[in-house]
Amino acid sequence: MDAPSQLLELRRISHAYGERQVVKDLSFSLGKGAIGCLLGQSGCGKTTVLRCIAGFEHIGDGEIRLNGHLVSGNGSHVPPEQRRVGMVFQDYALFPHLTVASNVAFGLHGMDKAARAGRVAELLGVVGLEGAADSYPHQLSGGQQQRVALARALAPRPDLLLLDEPFSNLDVDLRERLSLEVRDILKSQNATAILVTHDQHEAFALADEVGIMQDGEIQQWDTPYNLYHKPVNRFVADFVGQGVFVEGRVLNPRQVEIELGILTGDIPHECTAGCQICGRGCRVEVLLRPDDIVHDDTSAMKAEVLNKAFRGADILYTLRLPSGARAFSLVPSHHNHALGERIGIRLEADHVVAFRKAAPGR
Amino acid sequence: MAAVVLIPVGIVLSSFLNPATDIWQHLVETVLAGLLVNTFWLVLGVALGTLVLGVGFAWLTAVCEFPGRRMFTWALLLPLAIPSYVTAFVFISLFDFTGPVQTALRDWIGPDLFWFPKARGRFGILTVMILALYPYVYLLARNAFLTQGKRVLEAGQSLGLNQVQGFFRVALPMARPWIASGVMLALMETLADFGTVAVFNYDTFTTAIYKAWFGMFSLSAASQLASVLIVIAFVTLIVEQQSRSRQRFHDTRLSPRMERIGLSGWRGWLACTLAAAVLIAGFVLPVGQLLVWSAGVVVQDFDQRYLGFLGHSLLLSGAAALITAAIALLVAYAGRRHHDPATRVTIRIATVGYALPGAVLAVGIFIPIAWVDRWVTGVAGGALGLQPGFLIQGTVLAMLVAYVARFLAVGHSPVDSAMHRITRSVDEAAMSLGLSGLRMLQRVHLPILRGGLLTAATLVFVDVMKEMPITLMTRPFGWDTLAVRIFELTSEGEWERAALPAVALVLAGLVPIILLVRQSEKA
Repeated sequence: MDAPSQLLELRRISHAYGERQVVKDLSFSLGKGAIGCLLGQSGCGKTTVLRCIAGFEHIGDGEIRLNGHLVSGNGSHVPPEQRRVGMVFQDYALFPHLTVASNVAFGLHGMDKAARAGRVAELLGVVGLEGAADSYPHQLSGGQQQRVALARALAPRPDLLLLDEPFSNLDVDLRERLSLEVRDILKSQNATAILVTHDQHEAFALADEVGIMQDGEIQQWDTPYNLYHKPVNRFVADFVGQGVFVEGRVLNPRQVEIELGILTGDIPHECTAGCQICGRGCRVEVLLRPDDIVHDDTSAMKAEVLNKAFRGADILYTLRLPSGARAFSLVPSHHNHALGERIGIRLEADHVVAFRKAAPGR
Repeated sequence: MAAVVLIPVGIVLSSFLNPATDIWQHLVETVLAGLLVNTFWLVLGVALGTLVLGVGFAWLTAVCEFPGRRMFTWALLLPLAIPSYVTAFVFISLFDFTGPVQTALRDWIGPDLFWFPKARGRFGILTVMILALYPYVYLLARNAFLTQGKRVLEAGQSLGLNQVQGFFRVALPMARPWIASGVMLALMETLADFGTVAVFNYDTFTTAIYKAWFGMFSLSAASQLASVLIVIAFVTLIVEQQSRSRQRFHDTRLSPRMERIGLSGWRGWLACTLAAAVLIAGFVLPVGQLLVWSAGVVVQDFDQRYLGFLGHSLLLSGAAALITAAIALLVAYAGRRHHDPATRVTIRIATVGYALPGAVLAVGIFIPIAWVDRWVTGVAGGALGLQPGFLIQGTVLAMLVAYVARFLAVGHSPVDSAMHRITRSVDEAAMSLGLSGLRMLQRVHLPILRGGLLTAATLVFVDVMKEMPITLMTRPFGWDTLAVRIFELTSEGEWERAALPAVALVLAGLVPIILLVRQSEKA
């Protein structure tokens, strides 16, 4: 486990505010140069994890290691100012009494004047704010303040950079553009970073690895691709992307039958296990993503258009299947059908995501 | 810190429990009814007058457009720079029976001026008080009208209200908490006022306290009168605090600069004339008269003694400003560190001193200090055979304690709002950039707090300069200040000679107005 390639390692950490347990037995690790993300709804404990890593919070149990050194745990706690961990705050927390350049230079200790000025100029160049060096934070727009906060945190070359909901105060347009830009900046500085957000587009745009958090626990830590296509449980499947669950019967360890046809692929082990216990015909719930159902006029299978959302390049149709179940289908937008029309559909999926049927009442 | 406020209140109120019955009886029989009646008319008149002037001008300058509006917007605050007792003696000298106005009128239309209101009567004092205090209501009401934005008025119009109905049914009800707050602040000043009523010889509780103490030499009578005044002052305070808690600021950043209601033709000029009349009566006239008088007496009076008064004023104000700013800083840090209810209540109590009239505080602080002195003298005399005399009583220290108690709220609010700019994440950002402890204090906190501390010190400085009753009643022998000098000269009717110290106070009083105007222009 103590692989030197892991820059950050959290081992079974817990944290509570008084009686309330907000982080439970949580572990993950991050390699040097990687960008990780904690994704979850507000109140799931993701920001607390970040604050534990920064050293603003003391952890209850477990340990946190940075570059292999213990920084939190076993009764020891390295204070935040000695951790070499940079942070970009949700409200940016720029120093209102300092210019942009002085803000960026704030964390540069023990450097001579020229070297400092050089580093500040370099970073202002990286974030594209060369002209704003002498402005004060309140004179800048939200997006510009965000970049100053990023430059300030990057300036002392921290071992690890933490970003707490960095785009949540920006409008949607800017948010998407800036999240790609920030990824480029982080990669160009070869920074290791962890982002906390509730927005999955942001998470997927920025991060190499994402942890889905719920109730203080990580449900799945994986690449964005795997989170979407191979969710390990229903919560992750529901949380990430769009989709519906339809009923299915397991025919054998590689095949599931649903009303639209037979799906072939590796069936996650819990269902296979369930299948072997109860034999052929075990009921499961199968996840259908909008891209698993394609529109095909020649198909004999028809579904009624219940709703449609025009999205430019394609249309997201909500369909009623013959059984009455609902499903989504993503269709190129020149296939424009009216509500109530019955259109031909076909199943096109190369793998199966299925879970044992939830207990009744859920 | 709360003790500095609580002890005087406790002492003064406890005088009820331990009444010097004969004196109280005497007070009830002779003066109390008159004091209550006088106070009632004063409070009622000031409330109505400041309400009409304050709200009216706030509406005109915030929402309407008329000739000279930009200038009047800030100029209407100027009367706040003149201590009301200064306006008072200028008015008396001008409008009294022997003053230039009545003399001129008699020359013009004959000696029969029975219709002319008596300058020294109720009408005169109300005029002066209203002119001096309406800016409180003006300032808060204007703020309310500006922040409520024009959208709500437009919503009213779209629902069929005309402009006049819009004012009375939408804008005014929405601004009510601010207006109530402003009127209550004006009333607190009215109740605390000593100088103005002294100049007019209009007996209220503050002058009665002074007379009981320094005329009848009965400290217990003074504190009993003070306890009645405290009850009235606290009622105002409670109303003020309640209306403050109902103030909700509206975010106006999104609504574009609103278009003003143009007052065309005679209506615009009427607004202009009214504003000009109030401005002239409340500021131009008194200041002009002061300058004329000063020019006349400057050669004769500007001497070593005047410099002494000025020196005392500056020294006391400076010391009080520094101490108050330092304590305000401590209080603000305490509020930031501890969020428990006990701390909050303590801070609340420590900052209600502004509702305590100076005359009450003077009594309430003098009594415990006299006790301490007597105790120390007793111990020292008994055990050591020393005769230390009075230690604190009648020293500058006692005055400073009273000043801090009265003006801590004035210093606290700018420091506290500066403190709110240092959010938790600002601290954490400094820490994550490798700074902590004293260096963080020096490089982050102090620079952010500097403006607030400076404002606090300036405001307290000016308030102490103008302060009359505390200084008058607790000053050590020979420690006369400009305000005390004005009191002495005006009680002898020497208006011209009082002008010179008054000019210095008006100049000092202009400083916070300039701060205020600059701040509101930035916003």
